[in-house]
Amino acid sequence: MNFYNKVLFLVAFSLSIANSHAALTIEISEGVSSALPVAVVPFPSIGTSTNISAIVNSDLERCGYFKMMAEQAMPNKPNIASAVNFNEWQSANQNYLVIGQLIDVGGGQYNVQFQLFDVYKSAQLLGYRMTSSAADLRKTAHHISDLIFEKLTGKKGVFSGRIAYITTTNPGSKQQLQQLQIADADGFNPQTIASSVEPLMSPSWSPDGKKIAYVSFERKSAAIYVQTLANGERIRVAEFPGINGAPTWSPDGTRLALTLSKDGSPDIYTLNLSTRALTKITRSFSIDTEPSWSPDGSTIVFTSDRGGKPQIYMVPSQGGDEKRLTFSGSYNARASFSPDGRSLVMVHGNGNDYRIAIMDMANRSINVLTSGRSDESPSFAPNGSMILYASKKGGTGFLSAVSIDGKIQQKLVFNSGEVREPSWGP
Amino acid sequence: MKLNKTIIALAISAVFLSACSDTDEKDANLTDGSQNANSGINDASTNGLNKGYGMNDSAMNGNGDYASTLGPEFNDPNNPLSKRTIYFMLDSSEVMPDFVNVISAHAQYLIANPAQHITLEGNTDERGSREYNIALGEQRAKSVSSMMKARGVSESQLNIVSYGEEKPAVIGDNESAWEKNRRVEIAYQPR
Repeated sequence: MNFYNKVLFLVAFSLSIANSHAALTIEISEGVSSALPVAVVPFPSIGTSTNISAIVNSDLERCGYFKMMAEQAMPNKPNIASAVNFNEWQSANQNYLVIGQLIDVGGGQYNVQFQLFDVYKSAQLLGYRMTSSAADLRKTAHHISDLIFEKLTGKKGVFSGRIAYITTTNPGSKQQLQQLQIADADGFNPQTIASSVEPLMSPSWSPDGKKIAYVSFERKSAAIYVQTLANGERIRVAEFPGINGAPTWSPDGTRLALTLSKDGSPDIYTLNLSTRALTKITRSFSIDTEPSWSPDGSTIVFTSDRGGKPQIYMVPSQGGDEKRLTFSGSYNARASFSPDGRSLVMVHGNGNDYRIAIMDMANRSINVLTSGRSDESPSFAPNGSMILYASKKGGTGFLSAVSIDGKIQQKLVFNSGEVREPSWGP
Repeated sequence: MKLNKTIIALAISAVFLSACSDTDEKDANLTDGSQNANSGINDASTNGLNKGYGMNDSAMNGNGDYASTLGPEFNDPNNPLSKRTIYFMLDSSEVMPDFVNVISAHAQYLIANPAQHITLEGNTDERGSREYNIALGEQRAKSVSSMMKARGVSESQLNIVSYGEEKPAVIGDNESAWEKNRRVEIAYQPR
């Protein structure tokens, strides 16, 4: 056979990351039908380009629980409580009203104040004044969104959180570059933590959000690294012959569960990060991988094909009796616990399609939440209300999020190249 | 309820000006004697697999193609040494009968050239979870390794790495892409 090999030309490569730029564009594809009407009146802001009220409006809109009022439709734009006329907001069919303002107090500091009102009760639900540096104004805006969300839904907000994910630019070419990035939950402030021409995989946040463990093939074989985000310090914690994969932190942050195949078949181990002591947890002759800890640290769930097909098993985190958990579906893999420990999220396959499913630990019932052909890498939001996961279409990866009842769906479009393996940080 | 609202966000600025291409096939040799009707792969996919052999010479192979410099037998399409990719069925690490002669030919070469080292790179298609696929890719590489060792190749000549679904030969979400990605690549290491 003869082949024409075309030469690849990399003419120019420039990658610039600036603060306040987004790596991801988030769209709501499905919200709750009972979305609450909320009006966030634009905050008058002086001397800053950070538009706090616009960020709050975006956060609340994106989460799917609220129907946000367009600025043009607003009957009035009050920014102090005495200027609010509840009648006109009732006439505009708004349930809730947010007003506020920024005051430049000098020295690069701002006072940010906001109030949340119940329009029909004509009553204030929340009122805060906080100080923020200019650099922290986005963070402050997400904090405001968290406070409003919690007041109105009873659930903790996740707008202040961060996500980690892996991107590939120029996928399929020799110029392919893989990057492990972290960004704010709304996709802004992307920072590259690691980059490599060889695969990067399986990012896992430490419980305190200060470190990330991941797998890198940069030395042409798999190794597990732990990297401190604040200073970039990186330690190679596992590089045994064979697989070094699937690191996940114990809830107390002292150990990693991981997969090694140094003794033959892939088995689950725990690695004490201070003593470097390795404890072998499973010993089957089949594939055991994808360990994940229960929130109390007592149990590890993992994927094993000891029964012929991949299914979810659980084992005490010190080792011991191994129990099969999933019996429905020909393929169940990569399980992880919800923050309350009551359910597991996993990849659930029927032979053709691989979708995200949630299993109730009490009655072991499985509920499929997504409808893609190749959905994977599910990760719970810290409040347990949403699951972030990766999808593929036409061989290109993107991220999606779904609420645990399946009613709210979001698509997170990476603005350049491919994105996969999302992990919601604490 | 569809909100269809897009959050307007500035894109991370990544400028790539590149001309890239897959390998173009000039003369598709679709009748390869090493394939037969009993392989469990139909004719259409057999054609695909033959094209897939070209992946050794294509831009997809990150390790370059050192083997093609070893001698004319590595480039002669009638010689099994020219085939350096072993394909697998879905979720299986069992070597199909069609590929036994390819593995045997490489085993013989390695026995005759004990200073030559190879890396068996295990790969899977994109379906299922990534770390499970790393394990599956390793099983595939180990299947090929076991057959080579059974034929007398020294373990010290064989290195194994699994890339799971991380290094697809072909990007696509259909069976014709997937079957080209479920593979072990025999990568000859520079001596």
